[in-house]
Amino acid sequence: MSGATRASLALAALGLVALAAALYLGPVPLADPFAADEATRTIVWEIRFPRALTAWLCGAALGLAGAALQGLLRNPLADSGVLGLSGFAALGAVIAFAFGFAAFAPALALAFALLAAIVVTALAWAARGPATLALIGVGLSSFAGGLIALALNLAPNPGALADLVNWTLGSVEGRSLNDAGLVGALFAVGAALILAAGRGLQALTLGEETAAALGANLSRTRAFVVLGAAACTGGATAVAGVIGFVGVAAPHLVRALAGHDPARLLAPSALAGGALLVFADIAVRLLPTDSELKLGVAAALIGGPVFALIAARLASRGGDA
Amino acid sequence: MNALLLENLSVRLRGACVVDHVSLHVGKGEVVALLGPNGAGKTSLLRAALGLIAHTGVVLLDGVSPLHLNARERALRAAYLPQRPRAAWPISVEALVALGRFAHGAAPDRLGADDRLAVDDAIEACGLVTLRDRRIDVISGGERARAHLARTLAQRAPLILLDEPTASLDPAQALGVMSVLRKHAGAGGAVLFSTHDIALAANAADRVVLLCGGKVLAAGSAEALTPAVLERAYGRKGRLEHLRGGHAALFEA
Repeated sequence: MSGATRASLALAALGLVALAAALYLGPVPLADPFAADEATRTIVWEIRFPRALTAWLCGAALGLAGAALQGLLRNPLADSGVLGLSGFAALGAVIAFAFGFAAFAPALALAFALLAAIVVTALAWAARGPATLALIGVGLSSFAGGLIALALNLAPNPGALADLVNWTLGSVEGRSLNDAGLVGALFAVGAALILAAGRGLQALTLGEETAAALGANLSRTRAFVVLGAAACTGGATAVAGVIGFVGVAAPHLVRALAGHDPARLLAPSALAGGALLVFADIAVRLLPTDSELKLGVAAALIGGPVFALIAARLASRGGDA
Repeated sequence: MNALLLENLSVRLRGACVVDHVSLHVGKGEVVALLGPNGAGKTSLLRAALGLIAHTGVVLLDGVSPLHLNARERALRAAYLPQRPRAAWPISVEALVALGRFAHGAAPDRLGADDRLAVDDAIEACGLVTLRDRRIDVISGGERARAHLARTLAQRAPLILLDEPTASLDPAQALGVMSVLRKHAGAGGAVLFSTHDIALAANAADRVVLLCGGKVLAAGSAEALTPAVLERAYGRKGRLEHLRGGHAALFEA
């Protein structure tokens, strides 16, 4: 059994442990979440389970999108949040919410994530070095942030402002099985596209020109990854708002177990992202804060230092030359 | 039929003509060296021969234009080793070599019996047996160059195009690479490689083609590289001398 398969099995088991733990733990600890009484059933199956499942699916979608974008751009700092896909997806959803088309929020999140993915991959293709790419992402994210602020500014219904700002912080609080279904469906589409591009990502290890000479169909690989990452990011952001760094942290943590082959990293990265976000969500529920810490804030607090660590390590290796 | 035939090949990059009506051929069983100063058009010629960049004129890989082949079909006919090959991720030497099996439908983690054989042969031919499990980022530059060469061999394409395959190698390793390429040609394959090492080209290749300013300045046996031709190409007088049966290119100060 290869390292990647072992890692996948272990991380799938960890995900199940996380989902089970999410049923037991919370502001009201439950001794038996499978008890038949009405209160327990409501808490577990209408609140905790849909929330935990949504967190797992969002984490898996973002972890997978991160691993795929890193393979495509041959850059361990690439991720939906860093590259601005999440920011643009959020912009799409904010526009829908602020202007009274809430039903179209997922579609607009998806469309805007796709737009950002196309722009960033086109720009990144010519970029030299990880830092250049990160800077392109910073630029796009800031631009998306500015446009979100503009959308909020021009929103006809100022009462919704607080909700929208909250939403851009990222959370799975109060999500239903419908939400889980939405992110799950887009994750499934994204995963199918990304996994189909796996061999192309392996060839891209040797660079664009050599990959083409090896026989890889680069346009197909690029299109599948861009569409797949957009579907994953659009789905996760439409349901949970902006949650950054999962896509950086998950593949990074998994490489130690599964190796560096970009195709073999895809499944373990999704499984790691899912488990990571469920545990992070359990943590924000258990923390004794006055108002619940937002999941996106917690993810940034964990993922930010990981990002800085990878960047520093790359710089010390001369990876930015 | 020639493994590679170029007729009136021209390449324009950013408005400049970098390959100018070049015609050449590489027959089966032949090793041909592509010489020329920096900017002579060697790399562009190799890329155009694979259809990786836009060009005019005729390119035939074993009688078929690469424009009529998809990427996979082309890779089954011609393998390519770029100048300064790189690996973005620190994969093992064996995994890198196994990427050469891409066009055969294999992946480093999914190798059939034929793929396994091709990878093992390439690793052995390039002297990498003891390094096969090492990570590509922790071995020496020369070992890495041989790993990329092994990847090219594992592709098992009849034609191999190499862009300065000996640039980072010491003389012994460079001769080792040449003997690997000679063996490939001996088995019915064909090789076209670019180099700045005139003596190596004169010694190891069946024919040489000297490019200058995108045009063929001289072609044929090493004797075509006369002092006058070398001066025109490199701007300095030089001559090829026979030293103990081999050639040495000498440039006068």
